Amino acid sequence: MREFAYARAADESGALAELDGGATFLAGGTNLVDLMKLGVETPARLIDIRRLPGSIDETDGGGLRIGASVPNSVVAAEPRVRERYPFVAQALLSGASGQLRNLATTGGNLLQRTRCVYFMDVTKPCNKREPGSGCPAREGEHANLAILGWSEACVATHPSDFAVPLAALEAQVHVQGANGARVVALTDLHRLPEDDPSRDTVLEPGELVTAVELPPLAFARRSGYRKVRERASFSFAVVSVAAALDLDGGTVREARLALGGVAHKPWRCRAAEDALRGAPATAESFVRAADAELAAARPLRDNGHKVPIARNAITTLLLELAERP
Amino acid sequence: MSRHGITLNVNGVEHALELDTRTTLLDLLRERLGLTGSKKGCDHGQCGACTVLVDGMRVNSCLALAVSHDGAGVTTIEGLADNGDLHALQRSFIEHDAFQCGYCTPGQICSAAGMLDEVERGWPSHVTGDLTAPVALDDDEIRERMSGNICRCGAYINIVPAIRAAAE
Repeated sequence: MREFAYARAADESGALAELDGGATFLAGGTNLVDLMKLGVETPARLIDIRRLPGSIDETDGGGLRIGASVPNSVVAAEPRVRERYPFVAQALLSGASGQLRNLATTGGNLLQRTRCVYFMDVTKPCNKREPGSGCPAREGEHANLAILGWSEACVATHPSDFAVPLAALEAQVHVQGANGARVVALTDLHRLPEDDPSRDTVLEPGELVTAVELPPLAFARRSGYRKVRERASFSFAVVSVAAALDLDGGTVREARLALGGVAHKPWRCRAAEDALRGAPATAESFVRAADAELAAARPLRDNGHKVPIARNAITTLLLELAERP
Repeated sequence: MSRHGITLNVNGVEHALELDTRTTLLDLLRERLGLTGSKKGCDHGQCGACTVLVDGMRVNSCLALAVSHDGAGVTTIEGLADNGDLHALQRSFIEHDAFQCGYCTPGQICSAAGMLDEVERGWPSHVTGDLTAPVALDDDEIRERMSGNICRCGAYINIVPAIRAAAE
């Protein structure tokens, strides 16, 4: 690991002041420290924000505001999250291991990097790690990479489970920077790779995620997260789906749907949501909605299996939600 | 070399330490404090052999920078016993022959100790059917909650009953 200077921030403004001339924020470290060991990340200076005060609070509108430093395990265990946003709790519980969830934070989870094997290996070219060096994944090991929204420059996927229900929920990400505070919709936080995959998100250098706000959504009580993976536990998604259903008898009034493991960002399924609105809550409607979304899929040579897996995961989850009392 | 001073309470003993900022909690425990019970398996947070309790929470000490845990209370496998009386999980692992080579065992036991405390607090898991109901710690729950600890000998068949017995 390269040498680095270290400072601990006492509060958000302290963290921003410490930045002075460039540094990297350290939160739980479960991804950053790993990448530093691999030589993928080589910060000259770390600003430790792990112990900035963080809590889970009610918002005026009836939602929840989760401080960026709250550990993933604490968010998943929070009774108000479990009751009002079960798909958020389920997504967190399906990610990583108990030990990692205790270290990993709310903000850090969203900003974790892709697990594409070429990105993680400094002996290989990678446009995300070293812009302009090329993308060996395009014709190489890409069985678990993107089927939607990729570019010739990058076919990586965003690995977060947590971000998937947050995209469906239209969560808001609170950000603090040298020029003040701003709020970014979760669906706008992560970018598609286009010709600049080195930028995962729209955050500017030096901007700090301070909180994630879950807006009130009554029908999120009828929500779920389904994760398809190569083993039963402690594994990244091949495909995952987060969904919430608002039913009017046997008809879908409204639906929220997002996919994980398929793109450079959590993939909000607006085409599927449009297809579901007003449709009967039946298997046929759900398959049709899945197909409406997946019509845009462009699988790579070795990941065509993700398309039927996504279709089946969407359909199965929606049926399960529709059948819930 | 960038250095930084911290204090750490390890198994009830206070330490004031001056560290290379790159030192992980695992390397600090093993190389500086001589507590070699915590093991370095993968060194990337994937195997769980380095699991210790930090302020009561189980974490992968290989991914925890020691400087970031200034002031923390750490419990390792060496600190689980109470004045020579083995912890219930240690006794249960012996009674159930829940290991072969033993390399993963300190991490398994520290992880199980943290896990049982999480169950006590009512934390659900990926396999908990009703997220809002009390947790019943059956074998599926134990397997899911212990998935961060890998045993290359495959002693899971005895690890699960050892943990179940200690929990009862």
